[in-house]
Amino acid sequence: MNITNPVIQTHGINFFYGRKQALKNITMKIQFRAVTALIGPSGCGKSTFLRLFNRMNDLIEDVRISGEIIIDGQNIYDPKADVVRLRKRVGMIFQKSNPFPKSIYDNIAYGPRINGIKSKARLDAIVERCLRKAALWDEVKDHLKHSAYSLSGGQQQRLCIARALAVEPEIILMDEPCSALDPIATQKIEDLIEELKKDYTIVIVTHNMQQAARVSDHTAFMWLGELIEYDDTKTIFTSPAEKMTEDYITGRFG
Amino acid sequence: MVKNKLLGNIVIAVTAVSALIILIVVGFVMLNIIIGGWDQLSWEFLTGAPRDGMTEGGIFPAIVGTFFLVVFMSIVGVPVGTVTAIYLSEYAGQQSRLARMIRFAVNTLAGVPAIVFGLFGLGFFIQFVGSGIDSLFTGEGELVWGQPNLLWASLTMALLTLPVVIVSVEEAIKTVPRELREASLALGSTKWETIKKVVLPGSMTGIFTGGILAVSRGAGEVAPILFTGAAYFLPKLPDDLSDQFMELGYHVYIMSTQSPNVEETRGIQYATTLVLLLLTFLLNFSAIFLRYRLRKRTIK
Repeated sequence: MNITNPVIQTHGINFFYGRKQALKNITMKIQFRAVTALIGPSGCGKSTFLRLFNRMNDLIEDVRISGEIIIDGQNIYDPKADVVRLRKRVGMIFQKSNPFPKSIYDNIAYGPRINGIKSKARLDAIVERCLRKAALWDEVKDHLKHSAYSLSGGQQQRLCIARALAVEPEIILMDEPCSALDPIATQKIEDLIEELKKDYTIVIVTHNMQQAARVSDHTAFMWLGELIEYDDTKTIFTSPAEKMTEDYITGRFG
Repeated sequence: MVKNKLLGNIVIAVTAVSALIILIVVGFVMLNIIIGGWDQLSWEFLTGAPRDGMTEGGIFPAIVGTFFLVVFMSIVGVPVGTVTAIYLSEYAGQQSRLARMIRFAVNTLAGVPAIVFGLFGLGFFIQFVGSGIDSLFTGEGELVWGQPNLLWASLTMALLTLPVVIVSVEEAIKTVPRELREASLALGSTKWETIKKVVLPGSMTGIFTGGILAVSRGAGEVAPILFTGAAYFLPKLPDDLSDQFMELGYHVYIMSTQSPNVEETRGIQYATTLVLLLLTFLLNFSAIFLRYRLRKRTIK
């Protein structure tokens, strides 16, 4: 595997929930403007690992981390690092779509408004651009003032993607974004990922191995908090180096 | 077997009778007040002032006084209670010593008898704060703030009802889903921005409910205002925070204990109590309604 332009680099990451060690000595690089999938059985630590990249695990009490995560040449766990700025650069899409109880428009304008953008013309432009990028514009353009909860599950998830795009991140983390969606909605999100990787670096956690095979360029297989194998997606799914990886992708465990 | 079944039946009977007794007592009290007060209720009674040593006329000044009291109480108590609830649920760690101390203090405050609040108001607000202000800003021996008035009564009442507000708001804050906070934080908003734009709007109903419950609790208490601002009879309505005021509960109290002619005032006492009860019920029902809507939204 050839990582020519790493945008995220982790060095010897260990992570603990209380006394329980959830991640063991993980070192990996993530390629710029590519899709990297994290796969593995439930409880292997892939979501925990993903949530380290925007320091979302900070919200949980009694956790501890050692090691370094370098994004754009800066260790994000440095005590001087600015978490708010980090989260503007690293957006996140959650397992369960979580739009705010506001209108479609206000959901997308939320981030820009926090960044101090007040001009209606500018907000209008951002809302349209992000909805187009998230392939949702044509479905909602006539009722932007309707509640986000009036949308279907798949539309809500695309709205969340549009909302994340509105703060102009460089990296987008996706934590099983399709696990609650039907196949057609899933298809739309996958097409969207294909489109988005032209402009963004995407890291996606998925339970669905076919999905990893379809959308990602690189795949990391994790098991019990360890990184077992990390390679080009094609290699992982056709000729994995580790027996354990092969067993998992062929469905012999997990 | 037979013995167990018998025991079971006895338990059912005892619990049912206890519940029935409560219903009967409440029903009796209500009926008594309604029968005694209904005939007295009239537009004139609600809008007129007491006359002829309180044996005639209405209770308008007491309604106005009660209104002012609960308004100023809410203006102070709801924001302070809301801010405290935000601190407890958002900033203080669940196990932190300070948070536990505050919770303990709030629980204790909720259990303190109302008369103690009244005495505290007299000692602290009037004799310490009020007299202090007077000796600093007004002339020799002149009393402006160093005596019972609307301000000190409202503040005392705000203290009494603070636990109600804190508990309601905290409950409401808990119903704001974690996913929404995460969504906001993940977009790069600070904790305070998240509280302001996600948590507080999501808790609005709870804050209103807390305010209404506090008002309905406060409107029914007499002891806290006994020494801090309520007046026996005033010829004019209060128009300043340093004025004394008449109040519904206090009005019932003085008519039944201080009036030279208790028998003559009986009808008015009934009617005043009825007005006070209706007011409290109305407030409680609106709080229950708001809370019901809040629950429904949370489940969705």
